[in-house]
Amino acid sequence: MTGRHYVGSREPRIDGRDKVSGAAHFVDDLEFGPDLLHAAVVESPHAHARIVAIDTAAAAAMPGVVAVVTGADFPFTFGLYMKDRYVFAQDRVRFVGEQVAAVVARDPAAAKRAAAAIEVTYDELPAVLDVERAMADDADLIHPDLGEYPHVPWFFPRGGTNVAHWRKIRKGDPEAGFAEADVVLEDTYTVPRYAHCAIEPHVVVAQQDHAGRLTVWTASQSPYIQRDLFADALGPLGLTHHDIRVITPYVGGGFGGKAGVTMEIIGAALATAVKGHPVKLRWTREQEFYNTYQRQGLVARLKVGAKADGTITAIEHVLEWDAGAYVEYGANVVNAAGLSATGPYRIPNVSIDSVCIYTNLPPGGPYRGFGYSEFHFGLESHMTRLAQQLGIDPVEFRRINAITEDDTLPYGRAMNASGLREAIDRTAAAIDWGTDAESPDPRTRIGKGFALFWKAPAMPPNASSAAFLKFNEDGSINITVSGMEIGQGYLTVMAQIAAEVLGVPPSKIRVETPDTDRNPYEWQTVASHVTWSCGNAVLAAAGEARDRIFEVVRRARGYDPSTLYLEDEKVKCTEVPELQLPLSDLVTSGLAMEDGTWRGGPIVGSGTYMPEFTSALSNPETGQGGHPNVHYTTGAAGVVLEVDLETGRMKVRKVALAVDAGRAINPTMVEGQITGGVLQGLATVLYEDMRFDDEGRLRNPNFTDYKIPTSLDTPDVVIPIIVEVPQPDGPFGARGVGEHTMIPAAPMVANAVADATGLRVTSMPITAEKVALAMLAAST
Amino acid sequence: MRTVTRHQIQTVVNGEPTSVEVEPNDVLLDVLRTALGVKSPKIGCERGDCGSCTVLLDGRTVRSCLVLAVEADAHEITTVEGIEHDGLTAVQEMLIEQSSFQCGFCAPGIVLAAAELIELVPRPTADEVREAIAGNLCRCTGYESIVDAVLAATGSGTSATSRGASS
Repeated sequence: MTGRHYVGSREPRIDGRDKVSGAAHFVDDLEFGPDLLHAAVVESPHAHARIVAIDTAAAAAMPGVVAVVTGADFPFTFGLYMKDRYVFAQDRVRFVGEQVAAVVARDPAAAKRAAAAIEVTYDELPAVLDVERAMADDADLIHPDLGEYPHVPWFFPRGGTNVAHWRKIRKGDPEAGFAEADVVLEDTYTVPRYAHCAIEPHVVVAQQDHAGRLTVWTASQSPYIQRDLFADALGPLGLTHHDIRVITPYVGGGFGGKAGVTMEIIGAALATAVKGHPVKLRWTREQEFYNTYQRQGLVARLKVGAKADGTITAIEHVLEWDAGAYVEYGANVVNAAGLSATGPYRIPNVSIDSVCIYTNLPPGGPYRGFGYSEFHFGLESHMTRLAQQLGIDPVEFRRINAITEDDTLPYGRAMNASGLREAIDRTAAAIDWGTDAESPDPRTRIGKGFALFWKAPAMPPNASSAAFLKFNEDGSINITVSGMEIGQGYLTVMAQIAAEVLGVPPSKIRVETPDTDRNPYEWQTVASHVTWSCGNAVLAAAGEARDRIFEVVRRARGYDPSTLYLEDEKVKCTEVPELQLPLSDLVTSGLAMEDGTWRGGPIVGSGTYMPEFTSALSNPETGQGGHPNVHYTTGAAGVVLEVDLETGRMKVRKVALAVDAGRAINPTMVEGQITGGVLQGLATVLYEDMRFDDEGRLRNPNFTDYKIPTSLDTPDVVIPIIVEVPQPDGPFGARGVGEHTMIPAAPMVANAVADATGLRVTSMPITAEKVALAMLAAST
Repeated sequence: MRTVTRHQIQTVVNGEPTSVEVEPNDVLLDVLRTALGVKSPKIGCERGDCGSCTVLLDGRTVRSCLVLAVEADAHEITTVEGIEHDGLTAVQEMLIEQSSFQCGFCAPGIVLAAAELIELVPRPTADEVREAIAGNLCRCTGYESIVDAVLAATGSGTSATSRGASS
């Protein structure tokens, strides 16, 4: 068996030609004919107000208008983990931009004109715009009905307050741990809100045909979750899963922003109001910023103690999350961060409080990193500071405390095998850690920063994947799965896994985007878990197909299946080298017998995967007793940063990032996640942040005022380092890497700024302005 | 009812003479996508920030969301569907071979920006490539995989950025 291996190979993307030629169609590119209607929504101008009256009469009478709807037509709630979000606002609005009503019209301009003619009368309420105000004893309640909302069993909402969930972890005896520490460092770190900025805005087209069937085309990471939430929210209209079909073509970037359901519920609801017609709703770039999900803001109060020899003894980490007006998804970000807010360290005594707090800002939700980017900023800043206070090299300090598979996690389970030590060593070598870099320019100084990272997929314990596989006459293969190709290379990697099992090159395997009527179940494409989870399903499907091929050859030709193998698109035998049976000769037609009869038939395979060992149930006061996470992916990153001592302007000279992929199914895809994730992470620390005014209005909802990096804003050098310590239950040892690569960017820059200037910045972003002002303050 | 003067404009779209009736305030992007069915220019921001709607107007890149359709009258428009009639360009083939794009939403615009550059500068430097695509936002890749492919396709060697140092 010396044939080609496809796992570990730099196979070109199987969707590359579609995307580079312009053939790739995204939702907005699909044609629906002259019957297509267009929707526009009426948005709340207030962060918090009661709706007193809505007058739609003038709008309904305008030319081209087909339907006008308000919350009275759809008094329904929805939500992934907690049903706290409304299809349309009911008695009150909770953020600026919230949908209050909508118009469906013959063309987009008519819809927009009519939406502007709808008159809504509001009675303003005090707006709660930060977590401190929201937590005050006399705070106005944003969700007076919080205690009634259905939610998953691992959330602990506090009715009568603005606390939607409180994740606690208690392990060991933190008080004793701090008592035995030689140094205890305490500080507070703040992280603002951020936007995903996928270049494709959200768009939905929905049609309920005259037979009652609802088909919804969405730009989404989550076709099955969408179907499930549509069926749940619109169930009172008589719609079931059986009636709903979600089709998700190529999606132009997600980063978590297109996970779950946001604006798509509006399209699905509107379709029921204009039966027969397809209706399209496309978010403008502005709406993309304020009415999907935003990365949540964080105030992190952190206390860590360590002994003189560098051993960390205890951590106390209080994370207060500005989760926004609705937390149906965001509360699980809070939960996931709370489970893991020690970072990848061996810490015997742990106290974590991760608190999900309603505010009258736009809904928080998943964003690449899922809470880990946020808390790593403070945690990894803190680790460097603590090391320095102890007089220990910050990288050596991390080596001393890096978690291993002999250690227990904050929630008490064993840590998985990981290449964290190797990642530390290789990253440190790549940036010449330990040698000072001198700037040739006296006006600038060069600093180095280092940070570790870890992250586990945040999933319900029954999150699962499935795959169907079929052979075609020529020996080519179609695989249907329902993960989304959001840029990471998922389709290609699934093809490579099947290719490895079946000896068929990925170029002969089609894996296409989902349709819930045809493709089997997938929870959703989030959590950096599809390579691992859906990869296991594809592995099982390919294995089943292989076994069926061998069974046909046994029945028709008498070979012992244990001697058969697949290579170069042929069935071969370890005992009989002459057997070179092309797959195309049997995978649909079967094999002919001497008497003219045939054996076999079309070869198909199916596979599923569910991590049956996980459980989200645990003691609410300690977080102990469950098994919420499947495994952690770990890594390290370092930066060489040049800081202009006059202007604060920073230039990233070099970044090295090592991530333990378990097994890189396709190293080019892993490197793509590293170079892309590093830049997205650098953007959160160097360039971006959301600015709100004192009435809760987002001031920079566009790319003119919210600057994302261009090709001129990249690091001079990015060194991607792939570590491969196999994940025992991963396909060929693989585990996910997609989100992780952006996590260490902010703290490594903060550490490098401190190294260059001696100044510690504890709030993100770390813009040139902030660095310049800090240097000015320090010099006066 | 308001009355508007409709204009019949004559353009050459991807090599084919095309006549289309437009209103004075119709933007070129919408006319291409809706009236003519040319879908590769994408709607990303509708204010000239993102470059997803890039097309070539007489061989020069423009943001079609900022061009009125009437301005295209008597001009030639090329989208990614039309830059090569017999297969793909060498740059496109290299972008495929090197898996340079991820989600691919920005790809049509960037392919056109690179095509314009190469027509002006057949063997560009890495900085010239970066400058040429600086008006096209990509949130996935970190850009260097795209820069590298353009350099590889034009025989300009590799980017100043060191990559591929992984195991």
